[in-house]
Amino acid sequence: MTTLAENPLAGPATAERTTALAGRLRAAVGTERVLTDRAQVRTYECDGLANFKVTPAVVVLAESRQHVVDTVRLCSEAGVPFVARGSGTGLSGGALPRADGVLLVLSRLRSLGPVDADNRQVTVEPGVINLWVTRDAAPHDLAYAPDPSSQLVCSIGGNVAENAGGAHCLKYGFTVNHVLGAEVVLPDGEVVHLGGRAPEHPGYDLLGAFIGSEGTLGVATELTLRLVRVPEEVQTMLVGYRSVEDAAGTVSDIIGAGILPAAVEMMDSLAIEAAEAAVSCGYPEGAVAVLVIELDGPRVEVEAQFKQVEEIAQRRNAFEVRIAADAAERALMWKGRKSAFAAVGRISPSYFVQDGVIPRTKLPEVLAEMKRMADAKGLRVANVFHAGDGNLHPLVLFDDAVEGQAHEAEELAGDILELCITSGGSITGEHGVGQEKRMKMGKQFTPEDLDTMQLVRCAFDPDGIANPGKVFPTPRLCGERPGVRKGEHPVQAAGLGEVF
Amino acid sequence: MTTATRTRRPGGADDAVGGVVPGEVVRPDSTEQVAEVLRAAAADRRTVVPVGGRTKTTWAAPPSSADLLLDLTGLDRVVEHVAGDLTVVAEAGVRLADLQASVGQAGQLLGLDPPEDGATLGGVVSANASGPRRLRYGTTRDLLIGITVVLADGTVAHAGGKVVKNVAGYDLGKLFTGAHGTLGVVVSTTWRLHPVPPARRVVTLELPDVAAAGSLSIALARSTLTPTAVELIGTAGGPGRLVVLFESIAESVSDQARSAVALLGGGTESEDLPDGFGRRPGGADDVLLRLAFAPASLAQVLGALPAGAAVSAHAGTGVCSVAVPAGDAAAVLPGLRAALAPHDGTAVVQRAPDAVRDRLDHWGPVGDALDLMRRVKDRFDPERRMSPGRFVGGF
Repeated sequence: MTTLAENPLAGPATAERTTALAGRLRAAVGTERVLTDRAQVRTYECDGLANFKVTPAVVVLAESRQHVVDTVRLCSEAGVPFVARGSGTGLSGGALPRADGVLLVLSRLRSLGPVDADNRQVTVEPGVINLWVTRDAAPHDLAYAPDPSSQLVCSIGGNVAENAGGAHCLKYGFTVNHVLGAEVVLPDGEVVHLGGRAPEHPGYDLLGAFIGSEGTLGVATELTLRLVRVPEEVQTMLVGYRSVEDAAGTVSDIIGAGILPAAVEMMDSLAIEAAEAAVSCGYPEGAVAVLVIELDGPRVEVEAQFKQVEEIAQRRNAFEVRIAADAAERALMWKGRKSAFAAVGRISPSYFVQDGVIPRTKLPEVLAEMKRMADAKGLRVANVFHAGDGNLHPLVLFDDAVEGQAHEAEELAGDILELCITSGGSITGEHGVGQEKRMKMGKQFTPEDLDTMQLVRCAFDPDGIANPGKVFPTPRLCGERPGVRKGEHPVQAAGLGEVF
Repeated sequence: MTTATRTRRPGGADDAVGGVVPGEVVRPDSTEQVAEVLRAAAADRRTVVPVGGRTKTTWAAPPSSADLLLDLTGLDRVVEHVAGDLTVVAEAGVRLADLQASVGQAGQLLGLDPPEDGATLGGVVSANASGPRRLRYGTTRDLLIGITVVLADGTVAHAGGKVVKNVAGYDLGKLFTGAHGTLGVVVSTTWRLHPVPPARRVVTLELPDVAAAGSLSIALARSTLTPTAVELIGTAGGPGRLVVLFESIAESVSDQARSAVALLGGGTESEDLPDGFGRRPGGADDVLLRLAFAPASLAQVLGALPAGAAVSAHAGTGVCSVAVPAGDAAAVLPGLRAALAPHDGTAVVQRAPDAVRDRLDHWGPVGDALDLMRRVKDRFDPERRMSPGRFVGGF
C-alpha cells in the first residue's frame, strides 16, 4: 500500500484549529451531522482508489444547501481545507480527504426534481445516483446519456466533478455536454449560478470550466441535466476475435465508413476471463478480444448500419458475431463489460486500474507496446476499454504478497500513462487526475499551461482551500503571475511543498 | 517589436471594430509572433483587439480602446487532420469554409454552420457563433477539444488535447468560447469532426403564424426523429416557415421526412434547403438580438417579440435571432428581457449599427456570477488591455 505523506502545510496548530472548527460546524449544521470520532471518520478515509488513505479530521454529513454553505464558509473563515465527496466511487483519489481538513459528504443531498419532458431537463442534487436519473426519465422516453460503469452507485456530483463519461461518450459526448446549469458554493461560501435551463447565458462559460475541475473550484449543490430522447432502435452485437489487431482494426473501419456507433467497447482475453469468472456473461469461448458494439437511432438507419458493421467485423476475421435479440440479451452483453473492473479481483489478488486516452488510430501499436512493457516486467495487463474514443482502462495485475511487485505494477501503470501522452493522448479520459495522476500533469502540459489553469483556480479559490493537492503537481500561490518563474517556488523554499 | 514591418501599418476607417478605429494594425503569422506582439504591447500598456475574418466586428459592445488591432488571418494553416481519429488541428485564422473544404475531402465535416461568410475559427470560438445544425452537433463548447491561447502578457498556453475524451486539467477552451477576446488571443484550435452524411431531405411547412413553431418543435423533440436542424424563418406575429432538415443515409432521410410530414400535419419534401436557411434575420441597419431561453418556451418567446420583426429560430435548442429597427432597439430591450426572464431567458445585442451602440445595454443582466467573471478577467488580464469594454460588466 502506498503511504501518503501527511499534509505538508499542516502545522502543530492544526489539531486545535480543526477541533475549534468542529465546534463551530456543530453549532451551524447540527451535532449529529459532524463526525470527529476516529472510528467514524475512518469510514471516509478513501474513495474508489483504495491504495491512498487519509483519515479526515472532521466529516460533515450535509443534508441541505445551507449545510454546504455553512460548512464551506466556516472552513474559509478558519483557513481549513475541505474536500467534497459523493458516493466515493472515484478512481483517481479525487475525493481523498485531508488530515487537516473537513470532508464534506454530499450523499444525503438526494432530491431529484420532476422531469421537464418538454425541455428535456431535470434538476437534481449532487448526491443523486446516476442511474436514478434515467429511471425517472424513462416514463417520458428520455434518458441521461453519461453512463460510467459505476452508474448504479456513483453520484451525479461526482460525475460532474470528474467529468466522468462512460461507454456512450463516443456518440453522445461526456458529462460536460449534458450539464446545463449548476448552483455552486464557491470556496468562500458565496452561492452562484452557472448556466441554467437555457443555453448561452451572457458571460464566460464558467460552467464549462467548473465541470471536471475535481472539486477544486467549489461545490455543486444543484445541477440541471440535459436528457436525451430514447432512440427508436438500439442494436447491440458481441464480436469475438482471435487477435487484438483485428478487433482494433474493426473499430477503425467502422469509423472510416462514416458510422458513429453509440458505443464500441473492447475487452482482451484477461478481461474476458475475469468477467466470465464473475458474472458468467457467456462471451465467445477462446476469444482473444471481444467488441461490444452498439448502434442506436432511427430503425432504418440502425438496421442498415448494423449490417455494414457486421460485414466489417467479418472482413476483420471475427470468428463469432452475436446479435442481442432483446433487451435481456443486450443487458448480459453489457453486464460482462461493466463488471470487468471489479471482476479482475477474481483473477488477481490486486490490480491498478488506469485511465489513459490515445488517438483511436494508435490502438494497435499502443496495445502492442503495452504488452511489451508488461512482459518486460513479468506482469499481466488486462485491457477493457472504450475503443471508439481511445479511452483505455489497462488493469495492471499484481500480487502484493510478492515483495516489490506492487511497486513494479505502479511503475508500469505510470509508464502506460506516459505512453498515452507520447502517443498524442491524455492521462485521463473520465476518472480525473485527482491525487493519483497529478504528478503526470507536468508531462502532458507545460508549466505555462498549468499556470494558466491556476489563474482560473485563483479566481475561484484564492486561498486554495477547495480540495487542495489534487489535479496540479505543485502547490502555487495565487499572488503569482504566470510565466514569472524566478528560482525556487516560495512554498518549496519554505520547506512546505514537494519538489517534483 | 520585431515583427516584420510589412505586417504593421496604421489603422484606418476600414479597420474599425464597433466603430472604434485602431491606432495600429499588426498581422503576425505564427503563435510566436503573436506572443511577441503581446509581450511588447504589455510593456507599452497598449490595448489589443484581436480580429480574424472581421465578420463579427459589429458584434458585442464596442471596445473602449483599441491601440492595436491584432489581425490573425496570417495564422492560416490546417496543422493536422487525422481522418481516422475524426480530429483536426487548425490555426485561428483558418476560415471555417476552408477548413470544411479541407476535411471534406475525407468525407468529414466540422459540425458548426454559422452563416457569416469568411468567418475564421478564432472568431467563431471567440464569438461562440453557431447555426442551425447546433441541434445535431452542439456548439463550439461541444466540438472544441483543444486550444492554444496567448495571454495578455504573452504567455502561450494549451489546454485540452487531440483526443475527444480527455478530462485532464481545466477546460480553458470553454472559458475562451464566447469570451470575445477579453481573456487572451485564440491562436490554434483542435476539433472533433463528424462524417458527412450521405443524403439529405428537407421538409418545409408554411405556418400562418410563427408561434405554431413552438408546439411543433416540442412534438419533434418528443418523437424519435433525429433532424439535424429545425429552423423557423418568419415574422413575429406573422407567417413563417418551419424547415426540418434530415441528414443521414438515403433510406433514413426519406423515411424520416415522411414521418415528419405526418407528425407536423403537412409540409413539402425536397432535396434543397430554402433560401435564407441559417441566415441571420434583418439587415445592416437593424439591431440583431440573440435570445436564449428554455427550449420549450419558443411559442411564448415569439409571442413577446415586437410584431413585424424578422425572426429566425433554431427551434428545439432555445436560441432565436430577431432583427429590430435600430431606432426601436433601446426601447424594446427592457420589455423583452423581462418577458424572457420566466423562461430563464436572456437577450443580448449580437450586432448593431455604429450609430445606436451607445444607447444599448448590449448584454443585459448577467446574474449572480458576474463578480466571479470579473475575478476571472482580473486574473487573465489584470491591466484590462484585451478587447476592453466589449464584454459583460464592461470588461
